[in-house]
Amino acid sequence: MFEYAPAPESRALVTFQSSYGHFIGGKFTKPSNTYQTISPSTEQVLAEISTAGAKEVDQAVKAARTAYEKVWSKLSGAERGKYLYRIARIIQERARELAIAETLNNGKPIKETRDADIPLVAAWFFYYAGWADKLDYAGFGQNPKAHGVAAQVIPWNFPLMMLAWKIAPALAAGNTVVLKPAETTPLTALMFAEICQQAGLPDGVVNIITGFGATGADLIAHKDVNKVAFTGSTAVGRLIAKQVAGTNKKVTLELGGKAANIVFDDAPLDQAVEGIINGIFFNQGHVCCAGSRLLVQESIQDELLKKLKRRMETLKLGDPLDKNTDIGAINSKAQLEKITKLVKLGVKEGGEAWAPNCDMPKKGFWYAPTVITGVAATNTVAREEIFGPVLSVLTFRTPAEAVAKANNTPFGLSAGIWTEKGSRILKVADQLNAGVIWANTFNQFDPASPFGGFKESGYGREGGRHGLLAYLKGDN
Amino acid sequence: MRLDVKKTYKLFIGGKFPRSESGHTYELTNPKGEFVANVVLASRKDARDAVVAARAAQPGWEGATAYNRGQILYRIAEMLEGRREQFVAEIRELTGASEKQANSEVDAAIDSWVWHAGWSDKVDSVAGSMNPVAGPFFNISTNQPTGVVAAFAPQKSSLVGLVNTIAPIIVTGNSVVVVASESLPLSAITLTEVLATSDLPGGVVNVLTGKEEDLAPWLASHQDVNAVDLEGTSNPVDLEMRAAETLKRVVRPGTFQRAGSKGSLQQILAFMEVKTVWHPKGH
Repeated sequence: MFEYAPAPESRALVTFQSSYGHFIGGKFTKPSNTYQTISPSTEQVLAEISTAGAKEVDQAVKAARTAYEKVWSKLSGAERGKYLYRIARIIQERARELAIAETLNNGKPIKETRDADIPLVAAWFFYYAGWADKLDYAGFGQNPKAHGVAAQVIPWNFPLMMLAWKIAPALAAGNTVVLKPAETTPLTALMFAEICQQAGLPDGVVNIITGFGATGADLIAHKDVNKVAFTGSTAVGRLIAKQVAGTNKKVTLELGGKAANIVFDDAPLDQAVEGIINGIFFNQGHVCCAGSRLLVQESIQDELLKKLKRRMETLKLGDPLDKNTDIGAINSKAQLEKITKLVKLGVKEGGEAWAPNCDMPKKGFWYAPTVITGVAATNTVAREEIFGPVLSVLTFRTPAEAVAKANNTPFGLSAGIWTEKGSRILKVADQLNAGVIWANTFNQFDPASPFGGFKESGYGREGGRHGLLAYLKGDN
Repeated sequence: MRLDVKKTYKLFIGGKFPRSESGHTYELTNPKGEFVANVVLASRKDARDAVVAARAAQPGWEGATAYNRGQILYRIAEMLEGRREQFVAEIRELTGASEKQANSEVDAAIDSWVWHAGWSDKVDSVAGSMNPVAGPFFNISTNQPTGVVAAFAPQKSSLVGLVNTIAPIIVTGNSVVVVASESLPLSAITLTEVLATSDLPGGVVNVLTGKEEDLAPWLASHQDVNAVDLEGTSNPVDLEMRAAETLKRVVRPGTFQRAGSKGSLQQILAFMEVKTVWHPKGH
């Protein structure tokens, strides 16, 4: 096995302010009710972040409403689009800085923020910029209307990418937004606020408020919000669905998953192993569409697991800023505790956990890539979302059994199929109850491609023309 | 003089015509207050049986070709046309409508079945997409039926509102448990006789008669229902909150108009899920 010399990305490019207020009406407020945001790989404090209460939420929604009525709804689609193009370009210009900031605040490897997160952020704005003056072609007939003010609450696993998925289509469709990033990963959203200033975006079109779950709940409950978009856990999604009952608020929810990654006996095994690794260890498994349930055809289980474990031994865990790092830090202590607890439960219920030897850094939150074999469909680790680098392995004998096991979950976000047989891919893809299906690949994302779930993985789509529709209303 | 043979109005579950397991009925009267019929008061158990039947029928119905589903919906229109006199008579009896008014409602209902029939093999051409992603991938989005839908037909419409509730749900391969208007249920029951003779597989449409409070809470919170259409309900906020427990898709009352001979593509899509499939391109 090769040894790698350290190859850390310099963090000199990034300067955080010591403390941040909220971004409301085009200006930052004075920091108040602050908490510390840290780097999960070092536990070092990066900045002080403000917590928005009902008063700040109201100010932000008012700013968004004013901007909607006085400015944004009066601009032509072409002009709105040009603002989005500007934002896309500034993101490209500041890409490396944003990648480093994201890695610092989230803990994910720099190679992911540099090659996946930030390029997708720019691509998302560039894609939706082009929709802004073509809304007549979106599917709601001529002159579809924006909803007005959109309340958007996003998670910590892809902080800036989730912001882009929310803000780009909302603005293209003509809405104004109030967005709350996750409490552990607010920094790139606050940098995005500065980007809005650089782009000369009219005041109040984008408002960023920071805080915890209570802030998000206040925002979604605000009576002057017309549209709610949330990405996060199914438990919180349920609360939101209840909260908006009886209102006219339109809602899209992108929630949890427990994706089956199905490997048939005729699959290209080496490719499948790469796909399994990418499916569950990309972003430390902090991915709602992670391929967390490996369904392997019984006849190839031994061979596949041998290859998989050999590959896992080559994964590099450690400093997320190192360009060779594959597995970064777990985002928070709380998440690390949840993962640890669920894996223990998996073993207690009869599974066998295996992880390669990893040198774990002394500081920060870390979990070695883990595979649990001998898992039954009824085991907790086969049913609940772990949201960590933990793969549960189940077996099947026939395609029908694979489909039945894959669909045996209240979730329905994504699934993977590995086989060389084209007709089998198409049939199995038809039968799987999941919103995104990757065949002979996994974890691909693109602004032109709709993403979102069936069943308890939520409703509505983000990406593509379908993602635009969530921010428009037409004649029914 | 010959004594006429009156119809016993029953439920429609899994293609069969059971009475309620509860044995309860309610008395239906016309606008003059005269007795018309004893209508089944469906129970929670009937609602559950209907969901079981709907779930059992759904994969086969979804698996039928779109051409086949379209032909069956068109066949429903044919059967309805053939029995229009019975619908006209029942609508007039319960609403006091003129013959012309009642005929016009039946016309709209028949035409709506035809309108919906044609959508079965066109929804994906219009609402699906090939997505030009930035990489060597084939990427396609199609629309798939949500699954089992619980629907509440509009209270003030005898037939056309009911048809404009059922047709958009089933045309794409969903199955439905529909609760008829409490005061105007006769068209719904007679429609089941049309459905039963239209080659529609048993269980795709299940019709319950009775009271909202006996049925709606259980259907809205049923774990095996994927979506609810709350059009005809009087307490939609409570039902939406129940539906939220399993994140069902919810159509709030008043979202779609249901009076005409045409439906809405958006209403059809409200009971569909976008599925996107990726595959690498290469040699």
